[in-house]
Amino acid sequence: MGHLLSTTLAFFTPLSGGSPNANEIDSLYKIVLVVALVVFVAVEGALVYALVRFRKRRGAVPAQIRGNTRLEVGWTVGAAVILIALAVITFVKLPAIQNPPNSGPNGDQLAGSGRVLYASSERKLPPNGKALNITVIGRQFIWQYVYPGANEPDGLGAPYSYEAMVVPTNTTVTLDIVASDVVHSWWIPELGGKFQAVPGYHNYTWFKIPKPGIYRGQCAVLCGRGHARMLATVRAVPPAQFDEWLAKQKREISEANAAAQAARAKLNGQTGAGQVENP
Amino acid sequence: MATYVAPIPQVSASRAQRQASGWTSWITTTDHKRIGIMYMVTTFVFFCLGGVEALMMRLQLGAPNNTLVTPAVYNQLFTMHGTTMVFLFVVPMFAGLANYFLPLMIGARDMAFPRLNALSFWLLLAGGVVFYASIFFNPPEAGWTSYAPLSNANFSPSGGQDAWIYLIHLTGLSSILGAINFYATIANMRARGMSWGRLPLFIWAILTYSVLIIFAMPVIAAAVTLLLTDRHFGTHFYDPANGGSPLLWQNLFWFFGHPEVYIMVLPGFGIVSEILPVFARKPIFGYKAIAAATVAIAFLGFLTWAHHMFTAPIPEAILVFVMLSSYFIAVPTGVKILNWIATLWRGTIEFKTPLLFCAGFIALFLIGGISGVFLATFPVDWQLNETYFVVAHLHFVLMGGSVFTIFAAIYYWFPKMTGRMLSEGLGRLSFVLMFVGFLTTFLIQHVIGLDGMPRRIYEYDNVGNLHLYNLISTVGSFILGLGVLVTIVNVARSVKVGVVAGPDPWKGNTLEWFTPSPPPQNNFDVIPVVRSAEPMKDIRREVQRRTTGADATGTATVPSGATQVGV
Repeated sequence: MGHLLSTTLAFFTPLSGGSPNANEIDSLYKIVLVVALVVFVAVEGALVYALVRFRKRRGAVPAQIRGNTRLEVGWTVGAAVILIALAVITFVKLPAIQNPPNSGPNGDQLAGSGRVLYASSERKLPPNGKALNITVIGRQFIWQYVYPGANEPDGLGAPYSYEAMVVPTNTTVTLDIVASDVVHSWWIPELGGKFQAVPGYHNYTWFKIPKPGIYRGQCAVLCGRGHARMLATVRAVPPAQFDEWLAKQKREISEANAAAQAARAKLNGQTGAGQVENP
Repeated sequence: MATYVAPIPQVSASRAQRQASGWTSWITTTDHKRIGIMYMVTTFVFFCLGGVEALMMRLQLGAPNNTLVTPAVYNQLFTMHGTTMVFLFVVPMFAGLANYFLPLMIGARDMAFPRLNALSFWLLLAGGVVFYASIFFNPPEAGWTSYAPLSNANFSPSGGQDAWIYLIHLTGLSSILGAINFYATIANMRARGMSWGRLPLFIWAILTYSVLIIFAMPVIAAAVTLLLTDRHFGTHFYDPANGGSPLLWQNLFWFFGHPEVYIMVLPGFGIVSEILPVFARKPIFGYKAIAAATVAIAFLGFLTWAHHMFTAPIPEAILVFVMLSSYFIAVPTGVKILNWIATLWRGTIEFKTPLLFCAGFIALFLIGGISGVFLATFPVDWQLNETYFVVAHLHFVLMGGSVFTIFAAIYYWFPKMTGRMLSEGLGRLSFVLMFVGFLTTFLIQHVIGLDGMPRRIYEYDNVGNLHLYNLISTVGSFILGLGVLVTIVNVARSVKVGVVAGPDPWKGNTLEWFTPSPPPQNNFDVIPVVRSAEPMKDIRREVQRRTTGADATGTATVPSGATQVGV
């Protein structure tokens, strides 16, 4: 019975469960859903009742009523009151959806310490100012993620990954969403709402995943022929494992860079560097 | 040089202009009724093309990871479908209906500017033909919203995007000219006694539709002009690499796009407000409230555009403002729905096909209105935006709203336009198929969206029940298509063999029922003086009074004025 109820509820509600903001959106949605169902049943009920009860019958005389000011003012005010109530509820719920909390005690303790590359008035940070900030770059047709921890002081050589984002559990992760070509939209349903990646703009969101797992999503704004295959996954792992992964990623990238440089040098040595212009 | 020859006085008579006949009579016409029919036939053809595109998309989505069409073709299909339905069907179909019935309903003999009226139609047709010609080359594939930079030259180099721009310009110009014409006609050419408080509600809706078009269409014209110069003349309005802004496109597009939503639905509201009282045999409930709500919706419609951009990088103050303005617009809309139900209340409802479509409209539009409240709540929209939930919502308001009222109008006014009734049996069948098909197609799409499926994707993995849900939707779409087909058959059949209608088969309330069906070229020989919002009721009462003893309850009662007109 409980299972049936939860399945039925899942049928009527958005995905959630990965992050507090997604859960808060889900609970706000449920409040709107309850109000909507009441209005739906009342109005559709009145419509169906009128259609059945007042269908043409022998001897029935239509009442020549042209209006009723009190009734009309009443339902106008009634509709306004319902919507004002929904607005108030939304504003009450909003901070929990928008404002990231602090990382948990068993989260990644390095997070936030000097890892914010630049600040903006619109990016929300946790109360203690510490978050793991990942830059999400949308491009046709793949997501790229750039992590803090650059090898060089000018921010170059930062570790990155494609399509699969790896994050530590119990850690507040803030996302800085940008795009390099056309408009994309970052969306992992179970980790909260979607946000457009617009070339020339920064957009922000956050999530905090309590337990390890894999969360899937995909680009939500038409970005070209490969739009349907512009997938994204977020893999949440314990902080120690994350640090390990990040170190490995950094090592591999610098090794690959070094190998590429060596290969380039070798190639230049064979063909004669700088002679490309005068073959 | 030649010597001067004094002119010889002579009698000359210019030949009386020969009445054009056959097809030339159609392409040279400035008669609002013929132009109206050309509008309706043309836009219905585009409706069928848009419908076929929709069915092809549903076929592709009927199975996960289907390979029926390529990604490029799929993108072209939804671009053509959306553009067609908005710019080549709903908006011009209402223009066609207004063309035919606006002068008749206000007691005028034609539109204020008959030749401009013909130009509006030919611009529309030119736009549609050029747009559809692109299917033989490279159709556009950036969606009907054509977000920049995707629609810019480096990402969409094909000429299809330019055909799309051309279509927007021509149909926009057509709409603006038409709107000015409607406004001028309503303002100046009403029958004696038809004050603003006696204007039929459909005419109130067309008045508001016209004002919205005059304010909103120039914005999209400007937006696509900037896109055109970006694409071909080296400007950078939408190019972020050179100081341009992709968000400028979104703002301009939706500043037009949201009023456009009301351009597409207010005339439908007007149609419902005309039809319900006739078949409930009761006056409209709250005439003034409905007229006022129409104007209020039009005004608020200009303040809500950014609710299409809740996930774009915009400041929180805007999010809050737009959520509140979107909530506010739900109030006059809700008021209208309650007024319509109150109109049915304590009436004697005759279940003729036009009433069925109106009742279906109320039922479906209510669902679309309620799902709109979810989407207006911006944190909730962050989950629902750009998913099938939005697809469901927009089809409930646009298909359940506009298309069902258009079908109601076809069944209601067909007798006036052709002099023959449509078959009731086929009409009911068409309604049932369309209603059931619609619900099957689109109810489940809310769930598809809630389960995380974005719109505009040509394939999906079978996660959860996505295959089952999409299959249900696909089956529904074919039932819906069948319902439309039944009406096409009905129209084709009834034009020739339908029951002869007479001037006033429904015992209507408005002046178009005063004249014979179809109306003569000059519409009315005698234009009656209007004494209330329901002039035909007054006329019927007067006829009954003068011919005491005659049976005034029969449906075939012919108003005395009308019998003398039809010669």
